[in-house]
Amino acid sequence: MRRTSYLLTVLLLAATACGGHFPQTTLQPKADFGFAIQGLFGDIFWWAVVVFTVVETLLVVTLIRFRARPGGPTPKPLHGHTVLEIAWTLAPALILVFIAVPTVRTIFSTEAPAPAGALKVSVIGHQWWWEYRYPDLGITTANELHLPVGQPVDLTLTTADVIHSFWDPAMGGKRDLIPTHENHLVFRPESTGTFLGQCAEFCGASHANMRLRVMVQGDSAWKAWVADQQALPAPVKKGSLEEQGAQAFQRYGCTGCHTMGDMAHGIVGPNLTHVASRTTIVGGTVVNDSAGLARWIGDPPGTKPGSLMPNMHVPPADIAALVAFLRSMK
Amino acid sequence: MSAVHAPAAPATGWKSWITTTDHKRIGMLYFFTAFGFFLIGGIEALMIRLQLAQPDGRLVSADTYNQLFTMHGTTMVFLALMPLSAAFFNYIIPLQIGARDVAFPRLNAFSYWVFLLGGLFINASWFAGPLFHAGHLNVAPNGGWFGYANLTERQYSPGPNIDFWLLGLQVLGIASLAAGFNFIVTILNMRAPGMRMMRLPVFSWMTLVTQFLVITAFPVITVALVLLMFDRFFGTHFYLPAAGGDPLLWQHLFWLFGHPEVYILILPAMGIISEVLPTFARKPLFGYTVVVYSGVLIGFMGWGVWSHHMFSVGLGPIADSVFSGTTMLIAVPTGVKIFNWIATLWGGQIRGTTALHFAVGFIAMFVIGGLSGVMHASPPADLQQTDTYFVVAHIHYVLFGGTILGLFAGTYYWWPKMTGRLLSETLGKWHFWLIIIGMNLAFFPMHFIGLLGMPRRIYTYSRDLGPGIATLNLVSTVGAFLIAVALLVFIWNLWRTRTHGQPAGDDPWGGATLEWTIPSPPPPYNFDFIPTVVSRLPRWSTTQMRAIPEGSPEESLPHVPSGSIWPLVTALGLPVLACAPLTHTLWLAFVGAGLLFFGIYRWAFEPFEV
Repeated sequence: MRRTSYLLTVLLLAATACGGHFPQTTLQPKADFGFAIQGLFGDIFWWAVVVFTVVETLLVVTLIRFRARPGGPTPKPLHGHTVLEIAWTLAPALILVFIAVPTVRTIFSTEAPAPAGALKVSVIGHQWWWEYRYPDLGITTANELHLPVGQPVDLTLTTADVIHSFWDPAMGGKRDLIPTHENHLVFRPESTGTFLGQCAEFCGASHANMRLRVMVQGDSAWKAWVADQQALPAPVKKGSLEEQGAQAFQRYGCTGCHTMGDMAHGIVGPNLTHVASRTTIVGGTVVNDSAGLARWIGDPPGTKPGSLMPNMHVPPADIAALVAFLRSMK
Repeated sequence: MSAVHAPAAPATGWKSWITTTDHKRIGMLYFFTAFGFFLIGGIEALMIRLQLAQPDGRLVSADTYNQLFTMHGTTMVFLALMPLSAAFFNYIIPLQIGARDVAFPRLNAFSYWVFLLGGLFINASWFAGPLFHAGHLNVAPNGGWFGYANLTERQYSPGPNIDFWLLGLQVLGIASLAAGFNFIVTILNMRAPGMRMMRLPVFSWMTLVTQFLVITAFPVITVALVLLMFDRFFGTHFYLPAAGGDPLLWQHLFWLFGHPEVYILILPAMGIISEVLPTFARKPLFGYTVVVYSGVLIGFMGWGVWSHHMFSVGLGPIADSVFSGTTMLIAVPTGVKIFNWIATLWGGQIRGTTALHFAVGFIAMFVIGGLSGVMHASPPADLQQTDTYFVVAHIHYVLFGGTILGLFAGTYYWWPKMTGRLLSETLGKWHFWLIIIGMNLAFFPMHFIGLLGMPRRIYTYSRDLGPGIATLNLVSTVGAFLIAVALLVFIWNLWRTRTHGQPAGDDPWGGATLEWTIPSPPPPYNFDFIPTVVSRLPRWSTTQMRAIPEGSPEESLPHVPSGSIWPLVTALGLPVLACAPLTHTLWLAFVGAGLLFFGIYRWAFEPFEV
């Protein structure tokens, strides 16, 4: 099965004629869920190749062989053939059985409840960013989902507003986040690395800007991350730019929407307690550095169309202070 | 009966067109109107492709892009493909079954006007911004052609965009329903003597199945739209979770309509090529009975597969398995049709006309769309494919490679009948090869784009997806423009045929069915005498058709009912009614209702003056 998948990948890459690196590809899974799907898809793909070849060859041969020739015989007015009809009803039905049986088996294996000891993460969709809560670890973060390698995870999917769909192709298939239904995705990451994904259900103006990363970490890196997230960031120094930033954070009402350590408990926007520990902001679309933060605070709707965070016309001096403050929140 | 017969309608002038009840004129109106909308939908597609030609495209804003893809889908499904099929239903069905017109000619005119006005209503949203103080020109629908609740609720879509969409679709649904009933009655009741159901040409058969799907599927979307309208205008909570409603109800209702709709779009094209292939192979359709029954079977089975659009919703393993099974099953009658078409060609004397090129193109391309369809019939595989460009590739192989190529086959086949002149075969071949190369360049790379991780309905994509994604998108854009060039060739062909086309005569192809027994274009009354049909292929089985006079010789000149303005007046009431909630203007509702009831009243008692 792995060999089929490999062949498929090679074939597709060759066909694209540019090969290269596809960080969001469905064809190089890194979790058991993804491998199960790829194996099944590989089987169906080869059946499709066979049927395609047979039908198109038959069509081309017929067209060439029976093209009109001057003085050709009048065709026999053949109206049908019962045996042939039965044959080409049964043949596709038989192929479909070969597809249906592994399909149903894979449905039940990939939709099974999570095994005991799975890491629980609550994924909450927002227009247009992802909130992740680790209820057993007391951690809340955004857009970048940290997971330990080799341990099963049980994602509980819900939404704060409209329907979204969580999709990280390296982990496996997508699953919708629906207001009235709690959904689950269960998988076990099998290699470390950062794997791109994004929202796959149209969810409004900035649907394209609702991206995510799954960061699968080895044991020590994972433990270190958890410890960092569980601790509170060091308090800002008196008289520093960071302290001015903290004051601006309150003055501009950022606290109404964002959680920030002990200082603020807003729940509309992402929890910013450890914002400096993330590589990206703004639904995973902007690099989390001073320039990126300044651009975002300076003009949220211009950076993410439809953004709920308004443009507060913050003067440059205050933006610099806010950026310094946020950069210190490791 | 004869008292109702008024003098013949004036043959020319704009008045004769707005009052016409002649199915042939209405067919031409449908053709040109739908083709106009098809070009608008095509321009929307080109703008989409320009935006995506490179990563981080900034040609249009996020909201405008969302309007473009919503209107591209809505336009192509409701304003282009369905009414282009309707053009052929109108023009060809009465000729094929040996009738003088459809069963309800004025209702037929009403359907057309409602379609035209509904289409204009939805498209007016491109320019209606100032009316709603939107701050920009375009307030077109932006919730996707599938309009998923709860995104389309007032809370998340406050502007008039979704209102245009849900009101316009309700108006268009009335046109489809009226036409559906009209053609069912026409095909069942207006057949010439001797044309038993199993002698009915396959195009007429597929039309009949399609119309049954229309009259059963459109009430479902109408219900869905009415509930959404109530949520948006009157504060109900059918799809609002906060008050106990359920947005999944919308998805079930929409796809319960949406999947039969797919067959509403493809069955007419299947009917067309079932006419074209036998004519140009000079062989009867292989397995007529099987092709007819498989079409009927597809019509029934199309109702049992809707949740395959919802595999990512999390319906549970049982539901996923069942809908996967029914979806795979529907591939069987579809495959059977393809084998029968190839068997029709086998052993024939195949003439490579443009119409045949397009019919064969249908088979070759539809197979690709069908096979990718089987791939996402498997729910686990679909979880990696749904809402990505892989599915965009699939639907375009089915609806462009299938329906559009089929409709072009029909155009090259029947245009001589409709206008009396043959389209240029040379330009036709250029049209064909450009469109085949263009569509494969445009849509084949989308399979890879999707599998390599690009979701659909995104106004921009990141460079981070890889340089290969950008290259593939650029290729796709080039292909889209090649399709545009092909369409220009087709338009040029239509234009020059007006004056330079070869006269067609009654039967340029040696066709087997009744439409080829009468002049091209046919006289207003179609048949001098209604023929008696003795076989499935009346033109091929007898050299001389048996024709019996309809009445005594004095009355033998067929009566042509005069036209009527009242279908148009009645139809005008509907968009006016739709404008009332759109603009929150009560008096408009009274004007619209007044027009509607006055139109119906005068229509019912026509001719009023007698």
